[in-house]
Amino acid sequence: MTDTWLVTNLRAIRGRAYPRVIGSKRELSWLFFDITLPLLTVSAYAYIYKYIQAPDEFVGFVILGGAMTAFWLNILWMMASQLYWEKEIGNLQLYLIAPISRMSILAGMAVGGLFMTAIRASATMVIGVLLFGIVLSFAQPVMLILIFVVTMISLYGMGMMFASLYLLLGREAYHLSNLLTEPVYLASGLYFPVKALGFWAAAGASIIPITLGLDALRQLFYPGSGAEYGFLSVNTELAILAVLCVAFLWLSKYSLDYMEKLGKTTGRLTLRWQ
Amino acid sequence: MAVSHDLRTFKNAAWLGWQMEANWTDPFVFATYSIVKPLAGSLILVFMYIVITGGETQTPFFSYMFIGNAFYMFVAEVLFGVTWVIHDDREHYMTLKQVYIAPIKFYTYVFGRAAIKIAITTVGVLITLAFGVIWLGVEIDLGAVDWLVFIPALLIGLLTILIMGLALGGVTFLTAKHGMGINEGIAGVFYVLSGVIFPITVLPGWAQTISHLLPVTYWMEALRRGLSPDLMASLPGSTGLSDFSNLEILLPLALSTVAFLFISTAIFRYADRTARRKGKIDWTTSY
Repeated sequence: MTDTWLVTNLRAIRGRAYPRVIGSKRELSWLFFDITLPLLTVSAYAYIYKYIQAPDEFVGFVILGGAMTAFWLNILWMMASQLYWEKEIGNLQLYLIAPISRMSILAGMAVGGLFMTAIRASATMVIGVLLFGIVLSFAQPVMLILIFVVTMISLYGMGMMFASLYLLLGREAYHLSNLLTEPVYLASGLYFPVKALGFWAAAGASIIPITLGLDALRQLFYPGSGAEYGFLSVNTELAILAVLCVAFLWLSKYSLDYMEKLGKTTGRLTLRWQ
Repeated sequence: MAVSHDLRTFKNAAWLGWQMEANWTDPFVFATYSIVKPLAGSLILVFMYIVITGGETQTPFFSYMFIGNAFYMFVAEVLFGVTWVIHDDREHYMTLKQVYIAPIKFYTYVFGRAAIKIAITTVGVLITLAFGVIWLGVEIDLGAVDWLVFIPALLIGLLTILIMGLALGGVTFLTAKHGMGINEGIAGVFYVLSGVIFPITVLPGWAQTISHLLPVTYWMEALRRGLSPDLMASLPGSTGLSDFSNLEILLPLALSTVAFLFISTAIFRYADRTARRKGKIDWTTSY
């Protein structure tokens, strides 16, 4: 009996997610670095806030932002750049001739990456909270989960779209990912409330799902802070994130098809060392 | 003869480094990239400060933080740059084996590649500082700079970082991905413990003890004292090294350079021998 299209693609998702899931515990020393490195930056920024006598919640804001950097770095280096790396090491052509949807490969990467990163981000968060004695509110657990899930779907949808766009890049891929690190930390307000950028700048930065997701999470973890430091209301941010989910998933499918066609036409799909 | 041969190696390695850094795009995009990246890093701190103080940037602490953060770019980029030479040549371009067997000194090649990283980072630091002085009121008066402190501090510090990078490059020879992690970890430890963006007196006592052992702590203090002596005098409270004279700051820095020269060379030589014995010079691990 032959498998249905759905079963085959579900297997492809599982197969592509598997190395990331199993890889997260394969080399524990990497886990150590992945958890402690964000903590160092977070600690430095937390001490600045302490030095300038910022309200206590700002240390919590920094820790939340530090944990979220793990997801953004995962998007840049293990989603956006992934098809480019696959091309460089010769795996891409295998994906292209496999009898599966290319979206299954991207979805598998996203599921595996999300799992792997969630472990690291949770550890950073827990250690940060314990280290700096942060108190977080869990008054709205359902909303917290909903915001996190919607943020992650839209964020990884964006990563899937980037993966396609990176496909035709050469060395620009590395530099582009580098360029999208600090400027996005800045634009998304990872270490300070995004509201400080001003309305229009924050509105522009909201295209990056982590901006609104983080702002909403901060408002939920610190219920009293929303009026002063929140950009939009949590409900509005949830609605925008839901729209971003649909938009990025559709764009990722469209850009993947387009880039694959373009790559085949220009003969650059398997071109290495550009 | 040998010197001119080394100089040629250095020059060609620097040229290669420049091509790899810059020729992936057109000059305008590269210039934008080189400006946006460092500025964004500094602006994160600026906004963190502004959101608390309500926009008051003309304070001694703001200048202290901004200057330290600007010079920290050297620590992050140069450490990373030296390590990346090994990683990139071996794993990505797979040319390390050819470079290795070429009749050149490998150290000279690595330092040539790193030199261009220092040059590009210097531009980033200068742009960041200029931005700070012009738009944010960072206190640097070129007429008041104590060049006798600033220039030796800058050169000795850069040499120390470069030498530390050599040790990390050695570690990269023997590892698949740990080199990057160790590299970022060490740079991160310096960021937290070396008084880069806040005085070390904010740290717990045990952490301050470690801070006093790190060369970057003395480097940051010396750079600020040289570049903006008035700022350091007007900073409220102690930086943790306020009681030290300029000489007492520069001396540990110079001594640590000598110490790291021996330590790093030993680590690199050990790693080099081990990598050769275990066949890791042309090792690829798909990272």
